[in-house]
Amino acid sequence: MTATEDEVELQAAFDGTIARNDRIEPRDWMPEGYRRTLVRQIAQHAHSEIIGMQPEGNWITRAPSLRRKAILLAKVQDEAGHGLYLYSATETLGVSRAELTEMLIEGRQKYSSIFNYPTLSYADVGTIGWLVDGAAICNQVPLCRTSYGPYGRAMIRICKEESFHQRQGYELLMTMMRGTDEQRAMVQESVDRFWWPALMMFGPPDADSPNTAQSMAWGIKRNTNDDLRQRFVDMTVPQAEALGVTLPDPDLRWNDERGHHDFGQPDWEEFMQVVKGNGPCNAQRIAHRRRAHEDGAWVREAATAFAKRTVGEASAPVVEEVAQQPSRNPGREGT
Amino acid sequence: MSHQTPDPNDEHGSVYDGLLGTDTSQWAFGTDFEDPLAGVDTTVPSELDAAELAAYCLALGDDALVLSHRLSEWCSNAPDLEDDIALANIALDLLGQARLLLARAAAADPSVVPTLPDGSPVPVEDALAFFREAVDFRNVRMVEVANGDFAHTVARLLLFATVRLAAFERLATHADPVLAAIAAKGVKELTYHRDYAGRWFLTLAQGTEESRRRLLAGLTGLWPLQAELARAYDAGPEVDVVLDQVFAVSGVERPDVAPMTGRGHTEALSRMLAEMQVVARAHPRGQW
Ligand SMILES: [Fe+2]
Ligand SMILES: [Fe+2]
Repeated sequence: MTATEDEVELQAAFDGTIARNDRIEPRDWMPEGYRRTLVRQIAQHAHSEIIGMQPEGNWITRAPSLRRKAILLAKVQDEAGHGLYLYSATETLGVSRAELTEMLIEGRQKYSSIFNYPTLSYADVGTIGWLVDGAAICNQVPLCRTSYGPYGRAMIRICKEESFHQRQGYELLMTMMRGTDEQRAMVQESVDRFWWPALMMFGPPDADSPNTAQSMAWGIKRNTNDDLRQRFVDMTVPQAEALGVTLPDPDLRWNDERGHHDFGQPDWEEFMQVVKGNGPCNAQRIAHRRRAHEDGAWVREAATAFAKRTVGEASAPVVEEVAQQPSRNPGREGT
Repeated sequence: MSHQTPDPNDEHGSVYDGLLGTDTSQWAFGTDFEDPLAGVDTTVPSELDAAELAAYCLALGDDALVLSHRLSEWCSNAPDLEDDIALANIALDLLGQARLLLARAAAADPSVVPTLPDGSPVPVEDALAFFREAVDFRNVRMVEVANGDFAHTVARLLLFATVRLAAFERLATHADPVLAAIAAKGVKELTYHRDYAGRWFLTLAQGTEESRRRLLAGLTGLWPLQAELARAYDAGPEVDVVLDQVFAVSGVERPDVAPMTGRGHTEALSRMLAEMQVVARAHPRGQW
């Protein structure tokens, strides 16, 4: 059999798996383009989890009650855990966490643009949970059925936790709305700032999204950007009403004919600028990640040196054991 | 709602189910403020002095609260993701201990709780944490000094968890059943904290020249505060046995530096509290 015939057969088997909506597993043959697209998408997702720790982490030391401090710390810790699972998924595709971290801090790989917006009040913790985790869920729940096995399984676990984050964020806003006038104003001001960036999280309009068709054919992506954005708006409007906040879009209204809400378009020029690195916090987020990574270099070197020295001894490598620590956000088993 | 779209995620159920409803079972911490001691009989046993018990619980609670805060500053800054997660775990454990102990102090002697404006919905644990001045905090100086590098954090955690664990093992049979129960729960947590710090202590001591140098610097810098920590917890010889073991296996000498004089606080505490209390104090009638 010639190499070409071999490849034709492998490609046919791959196509069959995709067509049956079965999962591709790490040992299966896959086209190079599929592998590359997956690495890019999962890495970008992992980086988003890790960079996403910063905007909310900004408020951990100023959380206004001990209960909120516990909730917020547990949430940001969950995001670190999400980053870990996703970097593990890329490892099954032959790319290590260390390589990807380098790519991130050198600016060669992207993360979600939403995290390039600043958090300016404690209400932002609630708004991020409600709108940003909410939008992330809309994007990610379909990925639980994505064609690559390790990615899909990671997403199932992640989505459960994101749904907690969303509820917790919404609950914080609800509580603040029952508080003082100043608190209600804080909530509205925060929603005003995050509404449009949240809509941008679904990516550019389908007409301007060149990779969508191939990603959908490969079963990596399951819905178009505009589909998901519409779903998000439709779900969020009644929640905003229940909360008592106004969404800052004069064009937002129910369309009986379509059975959906009509809504305005985000400022796509601003979106492109943020993607290019010119958002309010792009430089700060990367500098933070780079500093933490570089400050930790001597610790990682010490762990490696120590592990080498103690090879064959009974004591397990320190870092691996620590990785087993479960997240502490209580109650999640309930979902 | 009439125009809610159908759930797009047929397979996994909508993550939005119940978001607007009354089902509270899915919330991680409940929807309402919960007194951490809800349902617990907080009557002080007659043989104990309530004010003394409250002061003691406050001191134990403040130590946990302040060190938890310092550890939470590592969030998104740790040397690796695994340690970011582990340090957050430890900070969460200590925060949990702080909440129980502050609530216990307030229930034993309500006069320790600062007075807030009429109609303020701030619960007692938050009144104690966010509306007390630095001079009224009872924590030891060891827990409040600013974070240094990771080695400094490892050394501080080893010293603190070792001393506190020994004390909590004793307190698990305290005459106050509430304090006894809090201590019994804390023993498991502190055992893990001591183990985590101990393993890193050994790793850094035996890792590279740089890690050893940093560890010794961190340990030596903290050691002047060790005597005060040990005194606050009535540390017995068992603490020295444990520390000497860790030092021996790591090839580290017990530092030969004198205890720091003075008492009360360092300059670091009021600065830390200024940050911690800023939002709460701006909204004394706020609900969170
Ligand atoms: Fe996440
Ligand atoms: Fe999240």
